[in-house]
Amino acid sequence: MVRPLQQQGIIMSASGQSLRTPKGDRIAIVAGLRTPFAKQATFFHGVPALDMGAMVVQDLIQKTGLDPDLVEQLVFGQVVQMPEAPNIAREIVLATSLPVKTDAYSVSRACATSFQSAVNVAESMLAGTIEIGIAGGADSSSVLPIGVSKTLARALVDLNKARTLGQRLAILKRLRFRHLMPVPPAVAEYSTGLSMGQTAEQMAKSHGISREDQDKLAHRSHQLAHQAWEQGLLTDEVMTAHVPPFKAYLERDNNIRENSELAGYAKLRPVFDRRHGTVTAANATPLTDGAAAILMMTESRAKALGYQPLGYIRSYAFSAIDVMEDMLMGPSYATPLALDRAGMKLSDLDLIDMHEAFAAQTLANVKMFASQKFAEEKLNRTEAIGEIDESKFNVLGGSIAYGHPFAATGARMLTQTLRELQRRGGGTALTTACAAGGLGAAVILETE
Amino acid sequence: MNKAKSAFSLDIREDGIGVVTIDVPGESMNTLKATFADEVADLMERVESSEALKGLVFISGKPSSFVAGADIRMISECETAADAESLARQGQALFDRLEALQIPVVAAIHGPALGGGLELALACHKRVVSDSPKTVLGLPEVQLGLLPGSGGTQRLPRLVGIQQGLTLMLTGKQLRPKQALKLGLVDEIVPQSILLEAAVKQALAGKPKARKPKLNLVGKVLEGPLSSVLYSKAREQAQKKAKGNYPAIDKIIDTVKHGMTKGMQAGLEYEARCFGELAMSPESYQLRNIFFATTEIKKETGASGTQPKKVKKAAVLGGGLMGGGIAHVTINKAKIPVRLKDINHEGIKNALAYHNKLLQPKLKRKIMRPTEVQKELLMLSGTLDYSGFKDADIVVEAVFEDLDLKQKMVSDVEANAASHTIFATNTSSLPITKIAAKAARPDQVIGLHYFSPVEKMPLAEIITHPGTSDGTIATTVEFAKKQGKTPIVVKDGAGFYVNRILAPYMNEAARLLLAGEPIETLDKTLVQFGFPVGPVTLLDEVGIDVAAKVAPILADELGARFRAPDAFSKLLDDGRKGRKSKKGFYRYDAKASGKQVDKSVYELFGISPANKLPADEIAERCVLPMLNEAAWCLQEEIIRSPRDGDIGAIFGIGFPPFRGGPFRYMDSLGIAHVVERLEHFAKTEGDRFKPCALLLDMASEGRSFYPKG
Repeated sequence: MVRPLQQQGIIMSASGQSLRTPKGDRIAIVAGLRTPFAKQATFFHGVPALDMGAMVVQDLIQKTGLDPDLVEQLVFGQVVQMPEAPNIAREIVLATSLPVKTDAYSVSRACATSFQSAVNVAESMLAGTIEIGIAGGADSSSVLPIGVSKTLARALVDLNKARTLGQRLAILKRLRFRHLMPVPPAVAEYSTGLSMGQTAEQMAKSHGISREDQDKLAHRSHQLAHQAWEQGLLTDEVMTAHVPPFKAYLERDNNIRENSELAGYAKLRPVFDRRHGTVTAANATPLTDGAAAILMMTESRAKALGYQPLGYIRSYAFSAIDVMEDMLMGPSYATPLALDRAGMKLSDLDLIDMHEAFAAQTLANVKMFASQKFAEEKLNRTEAIGEIDESKFNVLGGSIAYGHPFAATGARMLTQTLRELQRRGGGTALTTACAAGGLGAAVILETE
Repeated sequence: MNKAKSAFSLDIREDGIGVVTIDVPGESMNTLKATFADEVADLMERVESSEALKGLVFISGKPSSFVAGADIRMISECETAADAESLARQGQALFDRLEALQIPVVAAIHGPALGGGLELALACHKRVVSDSPKTVLGLPEVQLGLLPGSGGTQRLPRLVGIQQGLTLMLTGKQLRPKQALKLGLVDEIVPQSILLEAAVKQALAGKPKARKPKLNLVGKVLEGPLSSVLYSKAREQAQKKAKGNYPAIDKIIDTVKHGMTKGMQAGLEYEARCFGELAMSPESYQLRNIFFATTEIKKETGASGTQPKKVKKAAVLGGGLMGGGIAHVTINKAKIPVRLKDINHEGIKNALAYHNKLLQPKLKRKIMRPTEVQKELLMLSGTLDYSGFKDADIVVEAVFEDLDLKQKMVSDVEANAASHTIFATNTSSLPITKIAAKAARPDQVIGLHYFSPVEKMPLAEIITHPGTSDGTIATTVEFAKKQGKTPIVVKDGAGFYVNRILAPYMNEAARLLLAGEPIETLDKTLVQFGFPVGPVTLLDEVGIDVAAKVAPILADELGARFRAPDAFSKLLDDGRKGRKSKKGFYRYDAKASGKQVDKSVYELFGISPANKLPADEIAERCVLPMLNEAAWCLQEEIIRSPRDGDIGAIFGIGFPPFRGGPFRYMDSLGIAHVVERLEHFAKTEGDRFKPCALLLDMASEGRSFYPKG
């Protein structure tokens, strides 16, 4: 509805965003694909993020019949870094049928990483630099960069510099047995020392999100996700993964509960606050392995090549807030920005897809969307963002069911939402996520 | 007439090192020719008379070959063994002169150094090679029924040891730089960019001391006091496969032994004599013919005047053993990505597992890096629908042998792929004409028949139906070549060429079996004749069920001479499909050690096996129907030429290469003799032996398939 007005040259609000290339093209998402998401140390055990990323990008190219020589840029991300291949994007180019000339770089924005990689490709198009790019992300919670203690790391560097036996012995003397133990990646946030679960607990308590509501959301998520698979809605956007030595394959996400029953959720004990807490393993996302990618083109290029895009990026916004409290409230800050930039209201949207890091975090955000007080105090706005209509909200379930390979989730949501929008006859949709470090991301999509 | 540009040019550097650049004008690869003799003699005189020269480096002027060998046509031009011997003496003398130079001589090798090329390098005092994967070293003369005739049999064992030297010469194996360094065959590996400078440095460093081969304790004993054991072991091992059919093997071992016991000079004389004898042997003659034929085929497009289109993406239908193998060679050899469609993920998984299984040894042997293996694994992507077919330039179908199914595949591909996509069917028994019958674009339908296992069998039979376009033929031929196959283009007809000539041979073996000839005798006799496996083993490998399905089709289409003896149904009723069902003519149970005939098969037919016929008659009875059928195929223009028929039989069936293929073999037997024997058996055994009209005509006119001479 708004687009024709824009085309007539009506001036947008000051914060408005015109996502048009210099040639006047919209930014099209042509296709999307992901691996099935697998719980930690299951199907993708031993498969690094890079391999999953390469797998999904290669299959995306093969499936869409895209001439790889046309891809000008690949932006990819991972959250849990692989020290031996820090630029995952470039390694993916070199591992797949993409030509060496395809430029590639890597990004990291915690749980919103592949929103970022998609926006980076979009911005390259907006600048007129490229017309065809691939964005995505991959993460493994099974292949982890397990390191050494700081003391040992320092001693190893010193040893490398030492010249005499005496110097070497002196360095070795500094070490105690405990320094030799391997160090797994940190669970806690670097700046706060709090784990993500503790933050979710804090948000549940501060905003009065009950255990029962959290469990209900988790149950709903599993039910809807299972239904989506059963109805075959996801088959075309999830590749079947085969990994060496090719003794088995994975067709579907393996975290989704086929027979989810609400009563089952109540049985679990809270993890982060055993006495007063409400966050359990079942109403939070599990550690997951997986990768996702999207193929993006400028509208005219896509059509010239004979592709019918899934949809277009209408607007996007990122937000950043304090990390000590309500750190995962990103969607409530980024969404109004994205809506403003699109010149839209929440009620204009046909679908809303919000990343479910924790049921508590999701419900707190849902609550803040509707809160006049929050709008006035935190957003400096006179009106609340809006009441979320449940029939439009996470209609195929969310991360609690699918799982959450950090850097892959954004691309999963973009593809899944656009395809659902298509099934519903088109329109506009919001995809939004919170991310560590108090970050938020919101992308508004539209179809033809 | 202008003086031809010379192949050898000497350039003396300021540092006193002479650089000889080998660059044969007008050729993409350097090969040594007898006509260079004068030129090289001049060069040697200049070198020998130059006082300022401190050293000499040989390097190639070609971008990717050192010297790929001696020009084999020289040998074909020799009329007597003495001619060939003197050719060898000429080469030897030249290399002796080179080796005798007072100044250090270094070979700087990038690209293949094979045969005469490696012999040249061996006569140099040092060898520096580039680290490029293009650089390979070897003495492949044995594959042409020859031995290295320019000192190779003498210098190689002295450099790397008898055992290693023999292995290299008896197998014709090509070494990569690292392997060559390990054996002591080369002195240094350097990047190609500094190859010349490194060789010059080696030359400036002076002549190396004569050094002995690197041998461990066992090696020292074997090559010292126990050398006679070494020679006899080598002979035994080499003949296990060769069955005495390849005289070059014994001659190589004899020559090495002669030289190592009686000294270099005696060795060289012996080498030249043996070279002369081998050059005149019928075996070498046939092997050289095969070499020329395959070289010719490599240059042809399959449709004269039409150039192939580039294939950037291929699709394969069906992830079975054939589909998996086809996908593997498409990726690993042709470097083309493959979209593989199967009806379930299990099929895709199997194809990937097969592809992976074939890649792993390359990783282990460090022929490929882990990232290269990963990349090639990713190049195979699976699908259950036709997604990703839109940009496939060729689709190779390897689904069940069912006409309706294949016709459906044609229409599916026409609906889902591009308008230019070629549909190549890997059928082994269905007529291409029928598969193309309902096609909207029949000109793009063609047969592309691989042999199992795809990654090993070198032949691709490319079958045209009357409507196949030249463009389709040329692109398919090129595609098969890229996959590392030698393609022959044949016309549509039951069994095409290879299976059609194989069937009467197998049928005859089956008749002999039913007449009481023991299974081992049949197999051994034909292996001795020169086939890689005997007919009964082959039947077990191919599958008795497959043979049973194909036999009646051939009999219906081609007539009574193809009628198979009535044995298949009894075998199949007994659950014997061959190796795949672990039950056939041989035992495949875990208890059977080695290869054992499953004796219970005789009871099935109520036979008590006993060898009655002499070996040569068994061989003749089996092979003659094959020869006759090959002639039928030429008569009916199924094959385009005797050459294609010979290559098809050798590469597709393993027809004894030293016999040159069915047509060369018939020529060597004499057509009149072939006709006479066929007529003899037609009387004693039945009409199926009746010679075809072409053979009768040729016999009466005294013609041969190839020009005589």
